[in-house]
Amino acid sequence: MSTAENFPAFVNRKSFIELDGRARARSLFDEGTAKELVGPFDRVQSPWLPLQGVTPQADDGCIVIKGKIGGLPAVVVSLEGAFQGGSIGEVSGAKMTAALDLATRDSETGKKTAAVLLLETGGVRLQEANLGLAAIAEVISSILALRRHAPVITVVAGAVGCFGGMSLAAGVSSYVIMTKEARLGLNGPEVIEQESGIDEFDASDRALIWAIHGGEQRVGIGEADALVEDDAEKITSAIRGYVQAGPPSEHRSEQVKLNRDRIAALDTSKQIDPISLRKRWNGNDTTGGAR
Amino acid sequence: MSEHVGLRGRAWFQTLTGKNEPLAGDPGSVLASNSLLGNETSLFLCVVPNTESRFPCVRDGQVGLEEAYTLATRVREVMVKDRDKPKPEKRPIIAIVDVKSQAYGRREETAGIFLAAATSADAYASARMAGHPVISLVAGHAFSGGFLTHGYQANRILAFDDAGVVIHAMHKEAAARITRRSVAELERLGHEIAPMSYDVKDYAKLGLLYKLLHVENPLQPTASEVEIVKQGLIEAVQDARSGLTDLSNRLESDAAKQTRKASIAVRAMLEAQWRKS
Repeated sequence: MSTAENFPAFVNRKSFIELDGRARARSLFDEGTAKELVGPFDRVQSPWLPLQGVTPQADDGCIVIKGKIGGLPAVVVSLEGAFQGGSIGEVSGAKMTAALDLATRDSETGKKTAAVLLLETGGVRLQEANLGLAAIAEVISSILALRRHAPVITVVAGAVGCFGGMSLAAGVSSYVIMTKEARLGLNGPEVIEQESGIDEFDASDRALIWAIHGGEQRVGIGEADALVEDDAEKITSAIRGYVQAGPPSEHRSEQVKLNRDRIAALDTSKQIDPISLRKRWNGNDTTGGAR
Repeated sequence: MSEHVGLRGRAWFQTLTGKNEPLAGDPGSVLASNSLLGNETSLFLCVVPNTESRFPCVRDGQVGLEEAYTLATRVREVMVKDRDKPKPEKRPIIAIVDVKSQAYGRREETAGIFLAAATSADAYASARMAGHPVISLVAGHAFSGGFLTHGYQANRILAFDDAGVVIHAMHKEAAARITRRSVAELERLGHEIAPMSYDVKDYAKLGLLYKLLHVENPLQPTASEVEIVKQGLIEAVQDARSGLTDLSNRLESDAAKQTRKASIAVRAMLEAQWRKS
């Protein structure tokens, strides 16, 4: 018996992770509605990378596509993890902010437009340092302005994950969708090991990394909403559901008291066990990501 | 860096509010006070080092879980209090910034410091959008996730102009390692490429600042220097009230028109194509 007969659904699925940033974005739209804005042929690239001998890219690693998802207006902003680690530079950040602001303007004038952010990023692009950091502050602000009118849905599929300042963008989103392969956190393991030492975090311990940053854990403790299999159709269907649902009545990043109380109750005399945190914090069902 | 991160923050919080203690129930690392700025009650907030913190990775003045949720609590508290006031009467929120970075710890990652940071940024930005003038005074260090959590959602940012002020995405040694350069090369590039510079005068060229202020010795300001800083904050409050509640002003200064040309061009192009689609 072949592998395909043993596990037909898994083998025959169309992987989302294996798609590049542009193909991921395109795959989400209703047929014939997708239109890329400020695409690679417009050649808007980083003005800062060539000054440092780094080859820029004609879309700066940020793909913006407008169209319809499940019949409703939406814009998808996708970060290409293969270009500079999906990092946010001046241009990629400005593209994202501009797309969010235009969606807000349309939403305010009656045409509610959801935003879907496909985040594969290590955060600030250090070659553009302060302009990257400033751009992330603006992205956060623009997400907050849009989500009052229409949902902002972040998808972290893998394999780069979502780290650094852009993890705050995920944090202020209306909904966060992750796969088991995806990771979400402010500081990546290497950064913690470098700053605080190997005793604090052993960046070579992959089981530890996924136990803390992995999609199953984030959904399990209620810091992300849905764990979805690495399957383009299932991810699209989850996004459609959230576009239809509209913004939640209260966003996760508005639940100050709940989270402050949770932190106050933590025993910090030793490291925190991720699994017991799931039980204590009553997160979401994680069966969706099971194969 | 000869002086310790956080000393300036505490010194200016004390100078501007006359207080030096956290509010009841808050961790020792967050100072908050509703105090007069000119003739108007304003909420002052500052993150300071707390060597006794029960979270080991914040003890040098990093912004961690407790800091972020406490800031969010205090900001949202005044939003509720001022909810029914008209916009011109909503109280100013002044973030005094002198933070080393976000906390780099396993406890923090496990419990979701990304969400804590987002919650604080959300509170500051929501206050701004509700009409509170949110003003940042960068008195010392403003690094990375620490600044995103505390201060970078302000609609006006002021900073001191001396070498003790550093606004950046990552400290030199780490940035050099990640971009595979030597610290010397990084410093050289910083002189040529404004966004990479660690010098606040180069940061000012990005057009993100409302104003640079000069204080001879920020740890021991003279009475007249304190007056100048207060006046600067009051003007920033008035300016914030006269403008929009988003961050669009950061692209409108003369400096931004020069340095952030690409941002402005991208926005115009995207808008034109958006209309046609």
